Amino acid sequence: MNIHEYQAKEILRGYGVPIPPGEVATTPAQAEAIATKYGAAVMVKAQVHAGGRGKAGGVKFCKTPADAKEKATAILGMKIKDLTVEKVLVTVAADIGSEAYVGIIVDRATKKPVFMVSAAGGIDIEDVAATTPEKILYVPVDVRYGLPTYDAMRMGFFLYEDVKLARAAAKIMQQLYAAFIAAGCSLAEINPLVVTPTGEVIAVDGKMVIDDNELDRKPEIAALRDESSEEPSEVDARNSNLTFIKLDGNVGCVVNGAGLAMATMDLVKYYGGEPANFLDIGGSSNPEKVVNALRIITADKNVKAILFNIFRGITRTDDVANGIVTATKANPLKVPIVIRLTGTNEELAMKILTENGFTASSDMDTAVQRAVELAKGGK
Amino acid sequence: MSVFIDKNTKLIIQGITGRDGSFHAKQMMEYGTQVVAGVTPGKGGQKFEGTVPIFNTVADAVKATGANTSVIYVPPPFAADAIMEAAASGVALVVCITEGVPVLDMTKVYPFVKERGVRLLGPNCPGLITPGESKVGIIPGRICLPGPVGVVSRSGTLTYEVVYQLTRAGIGQTTCVGIGGDPINGTNFIDCLEAFEKDPHTKAIAMMGEIGGTDEQEAAEFVKKHMKKPVVGFIAGQTAPPGRRMGHAGAIISGSAGTAAEKIDAFKAAGMGVAARPMDFVELIKARLK
Repeated sequence: MNIHEYQAKEILRGYGVPIPPGEVATTPAQAEAIATKYGAAVMVKAQVHAGGRGKAGGVKFCKTPADAKEKATAILGMKIKDLTVEKVLVTVAADIGSEAYVGIIVDRATKKPVFMVSAAGGIDIEDVAATTPEKILYVPVDVRYGLPTYDAMRMGFFLYEDVKLARAAAKIMQQLYAAFIAAGCSLAEINPLVVTPTGEVIAVDGKMVIDDNELDRKPEIAALRDESSEEPSEVDARNSNLTFIKLDGNVGCVVNGAGLAMATMDLVKYYGGEPANFLDIGGSSNPEKVVNALRIITADKNVKAILFNIFRGITRTDDVANGIVTATKANPLKVPIVIRLTGTNEELAMKILTENGFTASSDMDTAVQRAVELAKGGK
Repeated sequence: MSVFIDKNTKLIIQGITGRDGSFHAKQMMEYGTQVVAGVTPGKGGQKFEGTVPIFNTVADAVKATGANTSVIYVPPPFAADAIMEAAASGVALVVCITEGVPVLDMTKVYPFVKERGVRLLGPNCPGLITPGESKVGIIPGRICLPGPVGVVSRSGTLTYEVVYQLTRAGIGQTTCVGIGGDPINGTNFIDCLEAFEKDPHTKAIAMMGEIGGTDEQEAAEFVKKHMKKPVVGFIAGQTAPPGRRMGHAGAIISGSAGTAAEKIDAFKAAGMGVAARPMDFVELIKARLK
């Protein structure tokens, strides 16, 4: 789960990370009032789940409250990578001496959280890694011991020669690590970490991505989810316990299992079609899931054919068949549907479907080919 | 012959009285797996289905039954502890079926298990099956057939699809292993390839990977350097958009590492067969068994 910059900063402040004060505004008048309160130059920053906010014009420096109001008017409501900006963060603008990058990710290779630090801050760390990899120091952390001071200091000295700055940075890294663990992050970063002309080390931007598997046991973190900044169909799917990702094609796919769902999308493409979505209905044979899946898929006007690919190892396929019948009786389909079902009670499932006017097969390849043909207007 | 499990495997089921645990316990027993004990804290002394003794702890179960393998069906908040309990009890193989284990929990569990020399399969995996001998996990027994092909995969139902196609074509399997789709898992492709290379009955290997990470590229390197047996590979997620998590937490493309194209190129460079579609495994494997 992505959270906004202002939310990440709130968490980081709670662990002692020095961050210039800031507040969220949803109207230009609020932005002006916040800037007036601070009595200083501010940054107005779009709060959306997308990178490249600065390049898109979503981050502006404002000298006066009137300026903040004007910039907020421009930013609120603008679109950044298809996402509408609903909120801006108004934060005291920092004097910037130098910029560094500090981040932590859970690394698959070492199976540990790994720090990445670089004195080349303020730009995408991926670009630094691609062009000047020697400018990044990687430090894996054994979670059983946490981040030891000597490792934090090693990173501090990698960024700064001055021991005072190195110490201040090391302290921030330990605070960042504590926040990373406590919030259940898969990624946390401060970019840039700034040294001000007066020699203070502060975090000017913060980002956190939360491991979805943590949300059940961290309700206070789960409450940070901002559904207004997500694709509505994906919100609907999540609330129905389905994993759904909207794509641009016209073959709506309903599959059980993530790997098979991806392989099904690939096969649609292989036969010259384009998948409209990724949708994993999971393992349980609950007819209601099928009903929800069909509702979400048919809401997409681009969908010209629906493909079910269900491989039930042990749970029953007749439940899926019943779900399809129930869903289509309540809301008759306007587009053709191709059903591939195999697994326990396959014969019964086929009988239910045939009796209700559907055709179904047990072969994945032919089902996908047929769905692609139908989506292209074939008979 | 087989890898990791066979007819001598003596299995403990952690969470045997839960909804999933009890359902799959019956399935495994019907398949012929030697289920020697169950573990549910507080239900020690009772019996599952009137036959399988239940213990309060894994240690008690191992002591009483001499079990060498444990399979875990407990809910996600308790899975990490269940893995550590099993690893500390003296079993050689721990299989965690549970989906939704927080990845930070796994950063603690992984070194714990490794330091004890225990093999962990999963989490978030379908387990493994040696057709005709034993199954540990949730892979449906009826789609498998004993034979010469080793199967290893990051996915569940995609594995079933490929195994089903192989079986329908009369091509059986030594062992089918689902390593799971999470970013941190106990057993990787190389562990399985190494085991299949050593197993005298495995003549060819079918491997199903996914986008995300570099496990498949490293596996391809291993095939090139260390394997004499033929390997056929497939990558799911060729059409997945970058930066999106496709159900499996592991299946996310970040930057250049982990795209399908990159993995397929690695397979080709290692001289592996590449299946463009799941059904292509049948002909590619057939050709390599001759």
